[in-house]
Order: sequence, then C-alpha cells, then structure tokens
Amino acid sequence: MGKWTRRGFITAGVIGSSALVIGVAIRPGHRVAELTGSVADEGETLVNAWVKIDTQNQITAIVPHSEMGQGAQTALTQMLADELDACWEDVSFIEAPAEDGFANYALGKGFILGDTEVPAILMGSVDGLFLQLTKAFHLQITGGSSSIRATGVYGMRVAGAAAREMLLAEAALTWQVPVDALQTKEGKIIHKATGKQAAFSEFAVQAGRREPPAKPKLKAITEFSIMGQSKPRHDIPAKVDGSAAFGIDVVVDGMKYAAITAAPVFGGSIIRLDTAKAESIPGVLKVVDLGNAVAVVAEGYWQAKTALASIDVTWGKTANDDVDSEAIFAQFQRDINAAKETGESHEDLIIGDPVRGAEQWRVVERQYTVPYLAHACMEPMNAVASVVGDSCEIWTGSQNPLGFRYDVAAALDLDPENVSFHNYFMGGGFGRRSVSDVAVQAAQISRQAGLPVKLIWSREEDTRQDYYRPAVMSEFRAGLDQDNRPVSWENIYVDKHDPAEAPHIPYAIANQKIHFVDSPTHVPFGPWRSVDHSQHGFFTESFVDELAYEAAQDPYQFRRDMLGGHPRLLAALDLVAEKSQWNVPIGKGRGRGIALQESFGTVVAEVVEVTVQEGQVKVDRVVIAVDPGFAVSPDGLKAQMESGVVYGLTAALYGEVSLHRGRVTQGNFDTYNMLRMPHAPVIETHIISSDANWGGAGEPGVPGTAPALTNAIYAATGTRVRDLPVSKYEFDVEFREENNLSS
Amino acid sequence: MITVTVNGRSQHFDVAPDTPLLWVLRENLALTGTKFGCGAGQCGACTVHLNGVPIRSCMTPIQVVDQMQITTIEGISNDQGLHPVQQAWIDHQVPQCGYCQSGQIMSAVALLDKNNHPSDEEIDRAMAGNICRCGMYGRIKAAIKRVSDGDQKFYDASGEVNNG
Ligand code: FES
Ligand code: FES
Repeated sequence: MGKWTRRGFITAGVIGSSALVIGVAIRPGHRVAELTGSVADEGETLVNAWVKIDTQNQITAIVPHSEMGQGAQTALTQMLADELDACWEDVSFIEAPAEDGFANYALGKGFILGDTEVPAILMGSVDGLFLQLTKAFHLQITGGSSSIRATGVYGMRVAGAAAREMLLAEAALTWQVPVDALQTKEGKIIHKATGKQAAFSEFAVQAGRREPPAKPKLKAITEFSIMGQSKPRHDIPAKVDGSAAFGIDVVVDGMKYAAITAAPVFGGSIIRLDTAKAESIPGVLKVVDLGNAVAVVAEGYWQAKTALASIDVTWGKTANDDVDSEAIFAQFQRDINAAKETGESHEDLIIGDPVRGAEQWRVVERQYTVPYLAHACMEPMNAVASVVGDSCEIWTGSQNPLGFRYDVAAALDLDPENVSFHNYFMGGGFGRRSVSDVAVQAAQISRQAGLPVKLIWSREEDTRQDYYRPAVMSEFRAGLDQDNRPVSWENIYVDKHDPAEAPHIPYAIANQKIHFVDSPTHVPFGPWRSVDHSQHGFFTESFVDELAYEAAQDPYQFRRDMLGGHPRLLAALDLVAEKSQWNVPIGKGRGRGIALQESFGTVVAEVVEVTVQEGQVKVDRVVIAVDPGFAVSPDGLKAQMESGVVYGLTAALYGEVSLHRGRVTQGNFDTYNMLRMPHAPVIETHIISSDANWGGAGEPGVPGTAPALTNAIYAATGTRVRDLPVSKYEFDVEFREENNLSS
Repeated sequence: MITVTVNGRSQHFDVAPDTPLLWVLRENLALTGTKFGCGAGQCGACTVHLNGVPIRSCMTPIQVVDQMQITTIEGISNDQGLHPVQQAWIDHQVPQCGYCQSGQIMSAVALLDKNNHPSDEEIDRAMAGNICRCGMYGRIKAAIKRVSDGDQKFYDASGEVNNG
C-alpha cells in the first residue's frame, strides 16, 4: 500500500514497514485504494478514516471492531457522535473492511494476548496523545476489552472532535466570522449572535480538504450529551426476528457443505483413510484429506456429516498418545518443585525480601489448580471459503479479520492482496474467534474440492479442537506477623501469558515474590475471556480469603485494611459490601463470598451469595460494584457484567476439559455443562464513574466470579474449593455455624 | 416427497427422510433464523413450533413432521409488526451475540401461548432447555414477565400459526 504522508492530527505516518493508519484525513482524489470503497458517491467526503458525512447530513462512523454481542459498535459510535455533536438519529455505523488501511497486522498479532504496549521500535515515532493513538489503533482485533478503552477513547472521540473542529473552521471561513462565534449542536453549526444555522453537510466537502487539527480538544464529562446514555443497540432488532446474518448463515453461489474431523490427539495426522462407503452416499461430492483432518463435501450438511461418520480413519501415533490430565498436573507439580529446589524460575515481581525474618511469622501455604477450558461459543466454528485460481474469498465471523486474511494467505501460499474477507456477526467470540484455524481449513477444502464450501464444525469438534484456556497450578506461601497482618507473599505458578499484571495483587504486603516456571504441554491454548485474569483472579482472591480466615478477620475488612494506595479499589469494595449487606447475617446453610479484581482498566468488586443444601450449591445472588472509569453505555456495561458473571460461574461450577490418552474427553453440552436459567442467579450491578482512565467491559466481569463463589461456599460450608470446578466437591453445610465470620 | 406447512406455506421436499428438520429449514428454505448449536437436543438454539409445541428441529427427522405445521422465528411476527415477545426482547435489550435468541423466543412464545402468567418456576422449567452462552437469563426472564404482565389483547392477536 502507499506511503502515508506525515500530515495532520493523527497521522502517525509510516511506522516499520507497514503503515499505521490513524484517522488520516481522506480527501477526494486520495491515494489509498483500500478506502475508496468507503467513499461511495460523489459529494461524499471521508472527513477522516472514522467518520463520513454525506450530503444528507447522515453521519457514518467507520468502526474498526467486529460485533460479538458486547455492543461495542454502538458504544463506539456514541463516542464519535458525542464529540462531533451529531444528531444521534442521523448517525449509523459500518464495520471497517479488513484492509491494512485500518490496522496493522504485525502489531495486532502481538496484541491478541493482551500486550497493550507499543513495541520499542515504534516508540520514537510517536509521542503523547499520538502514542496512545498508536497503541489504540494497532489492531483491528476485538479482544482484550480493547474497543472502548483504546479505539473509543483515542480513536473515535478524537476523530469526532477533529471532524467537528474542521467543520467549524470551514463554516467560520465561509461566513466570515470568528470560530468562537459559532457552536455546534445536533448536526448543525449555529452562529451564536444571529442564530443563523446550517447542517454539517454543507461544509463537509471543504472541511475534508483542510489540514486536520493537531490536537483536537475533547469534551469534559460534564459536556457529554450522548456518551453516558444507554442507547438501544443497533444490532438488536435483527437479533429478535431471525434476520441477523451470522457466519453460519452465509450462502454464496454454487456453495456446498463440509463436515470435518481433525486428529483427536493434537498434532496427530492421518495414516490411512477408508472412504469407499462415504463416497457411495448420495449427495457426497468429495472426501478431502487435509493431512491432520478429514472432511467431506456434500450437497447438504447432513449428508456431509453422515458420510463423515462412515469414514474409517487410522491416525498415526504421536508422542502424546498416553498423556492424560493427571500426567499434566503431575508435570506442573514436578516443574514447580524443581524450581523451588534449584531456585531456577522466571521472576515476575519482587518487592522487599519475602524470606528474611520468617522465623517470626506464621506461615500459610496453599495450592490451587484450574483445568483447561473450552470457549463453547453458541455458534460452532464455521467459515465459507471460495478459492479460485490464486485468489480466495472468506466469509465468517471473526474477532481478527485482518489476521484471518493473512493466515489464509500464508496457509494457501497466496498473496494477501488476493484474499478478501467478509465479516459477519459472531455467535459468541470470547477469544476463540481470534484464531483463524477454521477459515484456513475451509479455504483448503475449497481449493481441493474446486468449489465454494461452507465448513461447519460439530459441537463435539468445537469442544475438542479448541485453543483452550490453559490449565494452571499455582502455589502460595504467606507469612502473618504477631498481629496477624500479612507481611510476606510468595507465589509460584506455571506458564505466564498475558496480561502481565494478572498474577499481581493490589494489597499492601511489604515483601512479595511472584515467579513462574515454563511447563509446556501439547494442548493448544489461546485467549479466553479475561485471559490470565480468569485463573490468577481465582488463585489470588482465594488465597487472600484464606489468609483472612487464618487471621480470624472478616474477609472484607481484611482486604480493606490493605488497600491504602488504591482509592478506586477501596471504593468498589466498600460499595459492594454496602449493596450486598455484607454485615447482615445470611442464615444457616448460606454464605457470602467477596472478591476484587482490576482487569483491562476496570475495577470489579463482587459478592456472591450461595445456598448449599444436601451438598448442592445454588448461587442465589451476585452483587457487583464496577468502576470502568466512565460508562459510555450504562446498560451495556450492566449487560456485560451479567454476561461475565454467568460465563465465570459456568466455568467455576462445571467447566473442565480433561485429557485422556492425549485427547479431550468432553464433547457436547451433556459432558461440557453450561449454566442454565434455573441455576442463574439474580445479578445486580452498581456503577461507579470515577473518571479514571476508561476501562473495558467484556472481560472484567469474569475474574472475580470464581473466587467470590468459592469463598461463599467456604463461608457456607467450611469446604475450601482449591481445585476447580466446584462440581468435583461434596459439601457439608453443618460447618457453617462455627465459622460465621462473614455474617 | 414430504410436505410440511412452514410459516403457513405448504412446502415439498425431496430429501432423505432422516434429514433433520433444522437443515431442511436452513438449507432448502433459507430460513436461517433457526440455529444449529449442538445437534443433540442439548441447547435449544434450533427450537421451532410443531403444531404450536416447541421442538428441537436438530433432532426431528423431516419425515416425522410430514403433513404437519411448523412455525419458525421468521413466522411469528405479522403485518402489524413484531410479536410482543420480540418487542419485549428489544425493550429489555436481551440479545448479546444473539445466536441463541431465536430459540429462546420460540420457547418463550410457546410458554406464553399456553400460560399467560407463568411463575418464576414455570419460566425456569420452560426455558431450561435453552442455553444462552452470553448469560442473558435475567433479561430473558424479565422480558417474559413483561409480556405476561402486558397487553394480552395484543398478545392474543399475534400471528402464531395455530394448531392445524
Ligand atoms: S441444535 Fe438443536 S438443541 Fe442444540
Ligand atoms: S445471546 Fe449469545 S448465546 Fe444467547
């Protein structure tokens, strides 16, 4: 693609070998071919890469994030419209095409596991606000709760504000009045003294030719008129009448259907295929051998699936054919023990000296584990692909459209320019749809079959061929002084991923050592809603809870006393205690548990209430205090909290992907259990707008849920759940009465 | 040849008789509002009405519904607009990803058709077969209650295909 000129407000220009497009002002006659499609008609002007104002004063935001249900596209549009002073009714949005003009693939790839830092090589080329813009826009990936806190704050708002300033400047010139004699309101420019007014569109074309402002002024929170309101989501009407098009709904000319089974042991490959029976089934067009998977292409999906089941596959032996879950956890234990003996481990965080003076302390040691987890998106993995000659088209729902495009190109040895990508609604993403494996398979099948194909995974395939949340073992050792105050915190765990701060604690403990060992397994892993926070939130908030009981203190007060330097966390903890009536006794067989976690810039404090009867745990109520800095759409934030809680509860109560003989045991929802309505708690969300940096919404509801739940179970029963899921345990309600610290 | 009335229109199919209704709706009739989630009767994403009763279309061979009436998500609104359950879904901003919601709505409509004022337990029971991986159970329940408390006349006038 062309070289970007270093011009105007957000033009970060060319960085590295590929351009980082940051709200560049596009004028008629611009040189960026990829963006031409977004400027459809003569007379339309792209004021910049994120906003388009047409001749009818209709405003289109170009949103670089896909929609998986989090309402991000609507919220991002609110951010832009507010800064622009647009009339909300006249604003719509489109999703940015998967073009380099909108993102940077190389950086995006590094980001997906939550690394929000700008790589060092780029640091020199950006500064201040521009640094943030660069960070914000180096991806077209919807993950890491990035949409509002990065793209929205630094992209959409700035774009809206810049567009507004350019329109104002143009109006001032035309009317021959000073800029400050003008104001903007609901899509119009108004001359304050005379009341003369005109629609934005009258100035759009000329404004688009102006130099964009270097640092457009953003509104203060008190000036917001659209942000902070719960606007109905644009995508919802199509999701109640069956018309919303998900990837699985795509139909293209001449398309046939494919079903697939990949090697049950990861890394396995086909030795022999007996396809005679499958090929004789009416409607079957082709059996495709992908080396590590076999697929059937047929006239209809049912025929493909039925034929697939009739194929006899001999899978080659792999080094992992005997691996089971016990062996994996034994390996974790071995590697942790070895690190403790030899002192060889990777340092994560060191504060003070966690060993000196230990003779004086009461030492508490605990170990926790979590299993592998699948994402279980409601819509099984699928993709439509059409390979013709040396070009390919892909239709699917993706969190990472550009990445998919490049991965397909690499796998098929095509020029990325010849791979076009069409994104659709995702029936859940949760991190899973940032991985392009199914699109690559669909393209390979299409090439071999010589037809456009829709590949649909069975639910079993979806569970067994995931990029799982990693299983983790984590060990703690803490010291309490004579006054029962924690003075030392040591933590060793296996395998560090992202975000880097996930294992760290906010509590003021003078001596800390957090370290880890690498303990790789053959199980593929990937980002899973809230990434490492989902495991480490459980570990650290369980262990803090255990320390509270060891110190004979109330778990809420115990945390509170150690939060001196963290006013946001303290405020959230206090609010959740108040709203959950933490200090009011809750009764026999019941318990409350509390947990606190900051993730992706958002603070969540959570109280879970449970009833345990005859060993059965029922989650009655979950109360959340959340501080996202500012809630762009309060109802949207609440919905994300509700969703995160159910996702977290499902994982904590039932979630387990186990391995037997190298392969995943679970398959459909009868073995990989989901929380259903009769077991869903009442969820109350209380929002704090602290005006701190704006955080994410999609992920922060997850991490505190598991520990708040297991802490509640402990309060109710005296049974401490240290190895998830909870369904492994039996419960004793009677213990409750002697141990009623939390009520 | 199998004949099924789908959303009030008679349709003829020349497919293998064991083909699940789900795939016939989606592939032969392009009624893609009905979703595939598990193919095993576990998730409810494929819920449609058979003579007004909710069934899992992924587990229903097409031959079983020969000569019967099927209603899908595309068939519950009428000329006057959305079905009240759909409107309640919008009012409560129920869908997240939205993938499960056709099935949820079909289960909810079937429940309300036979029980205008379901209790919490009755709602739980009727909806237990529908998974929402986005966890919108609280909103689904609130929306159902909204309809049951709402304008019954409008509800009764809905375009549901009645028992044939
Ligand atoms: S697809 Fe039919 S119940 Fe899940
Ligand atoms: S809305 Fe996503 S599964 Fe229910």
